[in-house]
Amino acid sequence: MAKWVGQPLKRVEDPRLLTGRGVFVADLPLKDPYAAAILRSPHAHARIRSIDASAALAARGVAGVITGADALAHTQPFAVGVQAPVKYYCLATDKARFVGEPVAVVIARDRYLAEDALELIQVEYEPLPAVVDPEDALKPGAPILHEAAGSNQACHREIVYGDVEGAFAAAAVVIRERFRFPKYSSTPIETYGVVAAYDAASGVLTITSNFMGPFILHALVARALGLAENRLRFVVPPEIGGSFGIKTSIFPYLAVMGLAAMRTGVTVRWIEDRREHLLASSSGVDRVAYRELAARDDGTILAMRTRWYDNVGGYVRSPEPGCTFRPVGNWVGPYRFANLAADAHVVLTNKSLTGPNRGYACGHLYFEIERMVDLLAQRLGMDPAEVRRRNFIQPGQFPYRTPSGGLYDSGDYPAAFERALEAAGYDKLLEEQKRARAAGRLYGVGLAVAVDPSVSNMGYITIALDPAVRARPEYLPKSGAIESATVKIDPLGKVTAILGTAPQGQGHQTIVAQIIADELGLAPGDITVVDEMDTFTRVWGISSGTYSSRFGSVGTSAAALAARKLKDKLVRLACALTEAPAESLVFADGRVMPRGGGSRGLTLKELAGRAHWNTQALPPGMEPALEATAVFGFPLADSPDAQDRVNSSNTYGFIAEVMAVEVDPETAEIKILRYVTVHDAGVIINPLIAEGQIAGGALHGLGGALWEELAYDSEGQFLSGSFIDYLVPSASQAPVIEVEHLATPSPFTTLGAKGLGEASSMTAPAAVANAVSDALAPLGIAITELPITPSRLWHLLDAARRRPR
Amino acid sequence: MKPPPFDYYAPASAAEALELLGRYGADARLLAGGQSLVPLLNFRLSAPAVIIDLNRATDLAYIKEETGRVRLGAMTRQRAIEFSPLVKSRLPLLAEATRWVGHLPTRTRGTVGGSLAHSDPAAEYPAVATALDAELVVRGPAGERVVPAAEFFLGLMTTALQPGEMLVEVRLPALASNSGWAFEEFSRRHGDFAIVGIAAMVTTERDRCRSARLAACGAGPVAVRLRGAEEILEQGGLGDLNINAAAARAAELVDPSADLHASVEYRRHLVHVLTRRALKRALERARGGGAAPLRS
Repeated sequence: MAKWVGQPLKRVEDPRLLTGRGVFVADLPLKDPYAAAILRSPHAHARIRSIDASAALAARGVAGVITGADALAHTQPFAVGVQAPVKYYCLATDKARFVGEPVAVVIARDRYLAEDALELIQVEYEPLPAVVDPEDALKPGAPILHEAAGSNQACHREIVYGDVEGAFAAAAVVIRERFRFPKYSSTPIETYGVVAAYDAASGVLTITSNFMGPFILHALVARALGLAENRLRFVVPPEIGGSFGIKTSIFPYLAVMGLAAMRTGVTVRWIEDRREHLLASSSGVDRVAYRELAARDDGTILAMRTRWYDNVGGYVRSPEPGCTFRPVGNWVGPYRFANLAADAHVVLTNKSLTGPNRGYACGHLYFEIERMVDLLAQRLGMDPAEVRRRNFIQPGQFPYRTPSGGLYDSGDYPAAFERALEAAGYDKLLEEQKRARAAGRLYGVGLAVAVDPSVSNMGYITIALDPAVRARPEYLPKSGAIESATVKIDPLGKVTAILGTAPQGQGHQTIVAQIIADELGLAPGDITVVDEMDTFTRVWGISSGTYSSRFGSVGTSAAALAARKLKDKLVRLACALTEAPAESLVFADGRVMPRGGGSRGLTLKELAGRAHWNTQALPPGMEPALEATAVFGFPLADSPDAQDRVNSSNTYGFIAEVMAVEVDPETAEIKILRYVTVHDAGVIINPLIAEGQIAGGALHGLGGALWEELAYDSEGQFLSGSFIDYLVPSASQAPVIEVEHLATPSPFTTLGAKGLGEASSMTAPAAVANAVSDALAPLGIAITELPITPSRLWHLLDAARRRPR
Repeated sequence: MKPPPFDYYAPASAAEALELLGRYGADARLLAGGQSLVPLLNFRLSAPAVIIDLNRATDLAYIKEETGRVRLGAMTRQRAIEFSPLVKSRLPLLAEATRWVGHLPTRTRGTVGGSLAHSDPAAEYPAVATALDAELVVRGPAGERVVPAAEFFLGLMTTALQPGEMLVEVRLPALASNSGWAFEEFSRRHGDFAIVGIAAMVTTERDRCRSARLAACGAGPVAVRLRGAEEILEQGGLGDLNINAAAARAAELVDPSADLHASVEYRRHLVHVLTRRALKRALERARGGGAAPLRS
């Protein structure tokens, strides 16, 4: 039936993007725009004693200066997802809590003049001691960021699933390890961009930006600015130049530029520069984790205990602490063990703020789990592949309920895993390793597997709250994961589809055209897909947007359902026009025809013309116009229960990877020799787009594992403020990535598809850490910290060679 | 990231540029390929009152051979050097080092004079100039003077150039017979500034080492000549053990500092490893006519 779904169609977006004709926020023609520039704190932690902006206000071309005093007087702090009294305003009000925190905004005729005027603002700072390490921040005597909170702990949850104590008591083997995962970001080609214009006559604030959802943040901005939601218009231009999660965190800038537009009365445009982006946009958290694993001596995992510290920086910016809880439902990964204890600490330090970054906490999770599994194999002298085989959830167990409440929809983990081993020639790699080791070379083979969650359930974030809080009568539960789409057929039978997804380059126009072409028996070229966003005119829900790898399942489901609604309508119309009994006609191959054939029936074009041009002939009760909106909501996205169990995502794919590396014993350079990745993301709608996502995710994960780090010194000064020091892997670092697919369709989505936009970003850090550890096992080296830079790795080698053996 | 205001001049010749430089002195900065100065301006780390843009001074862009040496005009693009048959045959060490200089787009703008005058401690060209005893031709209000590389690179981004002076040419000795060369570099990613780079040139005479030339970048505040290591080779020859002794000595001669990417000890260790690798490859070329493959 599917003619177009599954085809590797070239993206309809690419001709305009590759020829420079995409329209991004910075390209929009504006009437009389002013430029904003932001004064940022040079201190990691400092009290702001005074701000004197008089010289800046008097400077050439300056229309206004906004400071923390304006934020205090005219805005509310943003809602935060924790109970600690952390007040987060759109500008620093009392203190600056990280280097780069916005302190004032200058609005001027152009960006040059605005930056000139920034230098004229006099800020009197009282520098305070800073803390950047999440464990140090919880020690007695540590500098306190938010005095009202009394400590730097923004949130602490201890959750036990199953009988963890019993499992550890019964275990033959217990493994313990400490891990560090670094702070890294996404650095999309397009930085943040915001245009804010306030119409005092109507009281409407229009903010055009590259915001990509979730649209719950619209409510946050409206509340901060004291606007009714129907007086705050978000517009997203046709293109967003990438995000990978990072642009979720643009919303404080929407508020501050909105405030600037409202205070000055001019149209304010702010385009973030790359320095600002590295300094203060967003990143994943750096984490310190302590893990314990209990197992039988045959390699069966019985339980895990984990205590960890997530560093969210100076404030808790929504949707944090999602970093800590986004993978709740898949905390056990692909393994069967039923006992899990989590001791989660969300910690405030003098670093920049965090948020969703491709993989959102899953890179952290699988780095720890997969290293632990390898350490178990090493302890037992077993093949790491065999340990994994013995612990996988089995194909007959789906849908599988995890101890923490996740409902894995479908999968065949052993089959996908064996496919990866076979594709890589795992046995041959091990033979090669024997030869290499005999020759004194450092050659390693690493495995990593993961459950790839997508379409987050809004309710997961409330795991940050104690169940007793969630049980209070005034508490408003949160749940769900929805998306909408509108499809309309014009009088000549062509189709326009309108999305509410705000994509950032994922190819939604191509994908939706493929889906609707199949549903309505058209060619993809017959369908125009509109994916720019306007909250005044589009259907949208709180969870709308393109994040959490959600479009591939929830967005596609909505588009298919909207088309199916129209098919039903066309069948009813055809029944009326041909006086055929209801149920006697069906829609097939782009026309309505008798069930079982026998007549050519009426084509889509013939029906569309009749429906539009002769509305008086519509059957009684039928609404005129051929337009349908569908809102798809996942059926099993409930809010957490009293035992903190929650189905935190809605589809769960699977990833199995094999990597072979060689380490130069002299320079400690790591060369990736083979990288095989097998994905089960259900039905693949467009393999070209899917493989692009997988390759990008893999390289992003390798970036975090080997090159990228937003680094700070112990005083909180920022060390990676340009691309000279923040090293993003480029084509010359990219290994050949061998991709294979296996499809177990999701029973919960319309097309059986699952998300895979984050994909190997979750597994690449684990795979490379396992491979490098394997290479260095003869020297007794185990990787527990990322990134593995050559300098750090050489020091490990050097120390190992000096150790008496 | 917008620069503070400045006055801009675009002279059409070296003479016009010198006149402007004489007029504005220390208030002026020369803009060559802009690969270092423009970011400094945009970060507002440099705020000159006057920018003198040399990109229209076409009389400063040339590659000329003379007996025993090659002269490069200061505004010669790195990309022109990369593709020059003359450089490839007469200055193969410079050609090989150029492959490590930034990326195609930056080499298309970046110039040899800009790189030498900027004297970034991790840059490749100052190391090549230092290894080969380049002569740097400097023009100023008092006329022209020729500064040997050993006296040109003074410290961290500091050279012998005085206010009012500009670098107009660099002269490098052409490849001698029985010579081999190699440029070895280690960086986090190809095209990044070197963590350590080593420029090596050896000239053999039967089994002896007639001369050795070694310099390092990324291993101190300024490109450094490794004379003590050269002497070990010139006295003890090019056997494996002696090459290793020279490489070990090289690691003692450098004064690296730590940064985000590498510790002092690691940099010192890399000087040892890369010096040995460079010497072995240079020796192979000296013996075999220079067909050893490039490492990248």
